[in-house]
Amino acid sequence: MDLYSLTITQAHELLRQRKISSLELTQAVLERIREVDGQIGAYLTVTEGVALEQARQADERLRRGERVTPLTGIPFGVKDSIVTEGIRTTCGSRILEHYVPPYQATAVRRLLEAGAVLLGKHNLDEFSMGSSTENSAFFPTRNPWDLKRVPGGSSGGSAAAVAAGECFFALGGDTGGSIRLPAAFCNVVGLKPTYGRVSRYGLIALASSFDTIGPLTRTVEDAALVLQVIAGQDAHDATSLAQPVPDYAAQLQRPVKGLRLGLPREYFVPGMEAGVEAALQEAIRQFERLGMEIREVSLPHTPYALAVYYLILFAEASANLARFDGVRFGSAAQQAQTIPELYLETRGKGFGAEVKRRIMLGAYTLSAGYYDAYYLKAQRVRTLLRQDFERAFEVCDVLLTPVSPGVAFRLGEKTADPLAMYLSDVYLVATNPAGVPALALPCGFSEGLPVGMQLIARHGEEALLFQVGHAYQQVTEWHKMRPALGR
Amino acid sequence: MSDTHHPLNIETVHHIANLVQLGLTDEEAAAFLPQLNAILEYFALLQEVDTESVPPAFLLPGARNVLREDNPEPGMSREAFLSNVPASEGEYVSVPRVLEEA
Repeated sequence: MDLYSLTITQAHELLRQRKISSLELTQAVLERIREVDGQIGAYLTVTEGVALEQARQADERLRRGERVTPLTGIPFGVKDSIVTEGIRTTCGSRILEHYVPPYQATAVRRLLEAGAVLLGKHNLDEFSMGSSTENSAFFPTRNPWDLKRVPGGSSGGSAAAVAAGECFFALGGDTGGSIRLPAAFCNVVGLKPTYGRVSRYGLIALASSFDTIGPLTRTVEDAALVLQVIAGQDAHDATSLAQPVPDYAAQLQRPVKGLRLGLPREYFVPGMEAGVEAALQEAIRQFERLGMEIREVSLPHTPYALAVYYLILFAEASANLARFDGVRFGSAAQQAQTIPELYLETRGKGFGAEVKRRIMLGAYTLSAGYYDAYYLKAQRVRTLLRQDFERAFEVCDVLLTPVSPGVAFRLGEKTADPLAMYLSDVYLVATNPAGVPALALPCGFSEGLPVGMQLIARHGEEALLFQVGHAYQQVTEWHKMRPALGR
Repeated sequence: MSDTHHPLNIETVHHIANLVQLGLTDEEAAAFLPQLNAILEYFALLQEVDTESVPPAFLLPGARNVLREDNPEPGMSREAFLSNVPASEGEYVSVPRVLEEA
């Protein structure tokens, strides 16, 4: 097996036994990036010098046996919506094309302290607004399974990089499916943690009450290892959770027999592609064979989730993106003679179409006369969405749903119709207004393209998601499939 | 919001763009108009939900005020702050004139 396609667990074992060095591992991945990223477009920035230096330091730690963690010496990439000190962070936008953050995101800092090796920054939809990574202001990312198709979004570069062997894991961001959709489209594992479980400090804000940072990995076990390092309270994020972080790896092996798996009937409706439905049904049978009890449950307000999600997102995003005014950062309009000219030109030229649409809709739905009917109404229905999950979890432990009604779509297929693009996330958006954690993992293929399933648990129960997902991966092979690329 | 059909016209699109300080070309405004209307019309779906006695979810479950001791500590240096400012003069951020001379 090629070094670049190992799991974190496998690579760690080889590093620990000193059969390979972090420098060899890092060089193998950098070589892989040179080999395939011209086709994929997963990276906006590759930090080769930083990576090689950090790999040497990791090897020193491994040699001395000091402060060795499961991530020491393991190369990773970061979605470019998460700031990296001294390393350009564009958020996929022209307006931040030259932005070099003077501070480090907490999640990145914790990974570097654990000894992980930073390879670079991953492509994304501009300001994480999109479901295909086609909204990147620089170039689209392509799906490693079929270069004519999208990798999903908005963390598309991260999912494609993990799938193509261009990093061992990635940090993504999930506001309404942005980790889980690309994970499913690229056949990798993606976790959206409970709101507040991972500090948002350094995540460029999209919708502050939905935003989360989470891992994209090749196995559920690897996702548990990464969350272990990045989770926990942070003085820089007042919304980060105070609850202690459990030992996720210690709970992975627990049997799932007797656990109740809920199937929300509103998620198993006509409109799903036949191949996706077949893969889901087979996964359900697999859980049954593992001894789980299958229950049909209802999340009655599911049909309203997409509207609630987008209404609140537009409102929060329009406020968050007001800071990009060309004064403190961002490309300034050099010829502007007045302040309004400066703003209009900076923002008019710096933002792409989807960002503009969302800022405008947010301002409109918050404006006098429309606030009650749009924004306030959405916040009320959000309460009902949350109550749906609370009631469902009275009768089951984990929910199983599809990730998306279909497999990865073709580039350009949905760019002309924003609403059609939004509908790609129909199964993913309810979890963010509710704040609950959700795990996407591979569960089959339809016409040669990956299919993903989603597991959802109560607030703070990531360990249960890992336990169920890991049990599934012990008896299935889908997550071991790799795209044929390069050689 | 009884009339949710085509909430926006081309003038309102330009008006909103100005309110949020977005320079918009006529071509962009024309392309956005049907897209924005389609999205707003989709939102009308929520009106069928009875929310008479449902409170809005402004606060997350378990949300509490978070306070810390007000101890001074070093913040970002002026140099670091200015490193991303597009236009500066010496230690200052440079912007177009805001006040007119009387």
